[in-house]
Amino acid sequence: MDPIKEAMLHRSKAAKLERRGRWISFTCISIIVLVVVAIFSFVATRGLATFFDNKVNLWSFLSKTTWSPAVKDAHGAPQVGALPMIVGSFGVTFLSAIVATPFAVGAAIFMTEISPQVGKRVLQPVIELLVGIPSVVYGFIGLSVVVPLIRNVFGGTGFGILAGTFVLFVMILPTVTSMTVDALSAVPRHYREASLALGGTRWQTISKVVLRAAMPGILTGVVFGMARAFGEALAVQMVIGNAALLPQNLISPASTLTSVLTSGIGNTVMGSLENNALWSLALLLLLMSLAFNLLIRWIGKKGEMK
Amino acid sequence: MKKQVITSRDVHLFYGDFEALTGIDLAFNEHEITAMIGPSGCGKSTYLRILNRMNDLIPNVKITGDIELEGKNIYAPDTDVVQLRKQVGMVFQQPNPFPFSIYDNVVYGLRLAGVKDRAQLDEAAETSLKAAAIWDEVKDKLHESALSLSGGQQQRVCIARVLAVRPEVILMDEPTSALDPISSTQIENMLLELRSQYTIILVTHNMHQASRISDKTAFFLQGRVVEFDDTKKMFLNPKEKETEDYLNGRFG
Ligand SMILES: Nc1ncnc2c1ncn2[C@@H]1O[C@H](COP(=O)(O)OP(=O)(O)OP(=O)(O)O)[C@@H](O)[C@H]1O
Ligand SMILES: [Mg+2]
Repeated sequence: MDPIKEAMLHRSKAAKLERRGRWISFTCISIIVLVVVAIFSFVATRGLATFFDNKVNLWSFLSKTTWSPAVKDAHGAPQVGALPMIVGSFGVTFLSAIVATPFAVGAAIFMTEISPQVGKRVLQPVIELLVGIPSVVYGFIGLSVVVPLIRNVFGGTGFGILAGTFVLFVMILPTVTSMTVDALSAVPRHYREASLALGGTRWQTISKVVLRAAMPGILTGVVFGMARAFGEALAVQMVIGNAALLPQNLISPASTLTSVLTSGIGNTVMGSLENNALWSLALLLLLMSLAFNLLIRWIGKKGEMK
Repeated sequence: MKKQVITSRDVHLFYGDFEALTGIDLAFNEHEITAMIGPSGCGKSTYLRILNRMNDLIPNVKITGDIELEGKNIYAPDTDVVQLRKQVGMVFQQPNPFPFSIYDNVVYGLRLAGVKDRAQLDEAAETSLKAAAIWDEVKDKLHESALSLSGGQQQRVCIARVLAVRPEVILMDEPTSALDPISSTQIENMLLELRSQYTIILVTHNMHQASRISDKTAFFLQGRVVEFDDTKKMFLNPKEKETEDYLNGRFG
C-alpha cells in the first residue's frame, strides 16, 4: 500500500489526541453536572420532606417565630418557625453590605482615580491578603475583640446582629472593593477626558461619569459580597449568639440560617423531623444563593444593553 | 484687522526628554476656522491639547513659552483650568458620547455648572442640537442612549455637547476621520455655519477639507510650524518648498 493511502486509512496521531482530549473533558463535565444535580435533588428531597412527610405548613415555616422542632405545640404541630433565622440572615447580609459599600467605593476610587501607584503597591496586596484569611480567624477576632467591645459600649452580652454585621463587613469588604476597582478601571479613559474637557472638575468627573458608567459593575460586586455574607457560617456563628429568637435589637443574641445549621446538624438523626427541618433551612439557603446568582446575571445583562 | 483670540509665542513641549514642539508661534483670529495640517507625529494633537490644557493629564510633560487667551496667560499659576475648558471646548477624533441618553449628554456641561432649571436645559439642548445639525434626527428619541446612534450622529451629539457650554473657541482633533464621506460633509457644512459665532481650530489630514472650510492653515512638520497663512494663498502658491512637497503628496 502506498504511504498516502495508509495515512488516510489510519487515524492520525493528532486526531487520536483530539478524540482523547474531548473524551476526558466530557467525562469531567458529566461528573460535575452529576454532582451538582445530586446535591440539588438531595437537598430538595430532604428539605421538602418537612412539608410533605411531616406535614408542616410552608407558610408557618416562613412566618412563625418559634424554632424548636423537637417540641410540639398545643395542636400537636411541630414548632418549626424559621422567621428568626431568616430575619437574622437578611439582617446581617443587608447591614454588612450597606456598611461595606461606601468604604469599598471610597477605597476603589482612591485606588483607581486618586492614587493608582499607592493603590497598586500598598492597597492591592492588603486586599488580596484580606481575601485569603480563613473565616475562622475573622470569627475569632470578632469573638475576642468585637463582642467585648460591644458589651462594654452598649451593654448586654455583646453577641448579636451588630457583632455579626461587623465581622461580615470586614469579610466582604475586600470582595466588594476589588470588584469595584475592576468596574472603575473598565470605564474607558475617553469618558473621563470628555468630562474634563467640558469643564468638569475631577470630583464631578468621578461622581457623574465614572461611577455612573461603572454602576452595573459596582452593583454586581455588592451582590457578590451579599451572597458571601449570606452564606458565611463559621465566623457569624462565633459572634451572633446562636439564640433562635426573633432579634429585638442589634445587640441581642440572634441566629442565622447558617449558624443554626452548623450548630444543629450534628445533633439530629437522619430522617427525623429535627433533621428534615434543618434540611429545609439548607434548601432555603440554596434557593437564596440561586437568587443572588440570577440577580448578578440580570444586572450584568442590563449593564450590557446600554 | 481681526481680533486675535489665542496667541502663542515660542511654545516648546517636552514629553520627558523628547521635545515634541520646538517653538510654535501662532495666532488665531476670532470667528475664523484655522486648519492644522502635517504628517503623522508632527505634533498637531500635542499643540491642540496645549490650548485647553489637556496635556496636564499626562505625567512628565513640560511646557514653556507664552500662550494667551484674550490676553491672559493660560499657564499662569492662578489660571482656573476648569473655567478655561469651558471657554475652550474640545471635540475628539473618536466620537465619545457618555453612555447616557442623548439629552443627558448634551446638557452635561450645563449641569456641571449647576444649571437645574428644566426649561433652561431643554432650551439649551434644542438650540445646541439644532446648531450641530442633528436635531431633526434625534428630536423624537432624546431620552434614548447616545450609544445607539451612528458614528456620525454621535460625533454631532458630541459637538452639540460642547456648543451647549457656549465656549468661545472649539478645538477639533480630526473630528471626521472616523466618519464616512457623507457624515464628514455634514459636519463640514455645520462648521461653516458655526464660524460666525465661534473660533474653530481644526486638525485634519484631509487636504480637501482644509482647503474647503478653513480661513487659515498652519503646516506642521516635526514639531515646528513651517508655514502659516491664508488657506487660499498657501494652497495656491506655498512659500516654502516643504509645504509644496507636502501638498503635492510628495511625502507625509
Ligand atoms: N503621551 C506621550 N508621551 C510621549 N510622547 C508622545 C506622547 N504623545 C505624543 N507623543 C509624541 O509626540 C509627537 C507628536 O505627537 P502628536 O500626537 O501630537 O502627533 P500628531 O501630529 O497629532 O499625529 P497624528 O496626525 O498621527 O495624530 C510624536 O512623536 C509622538 O510620538
Ligand atoms: Mg493627532
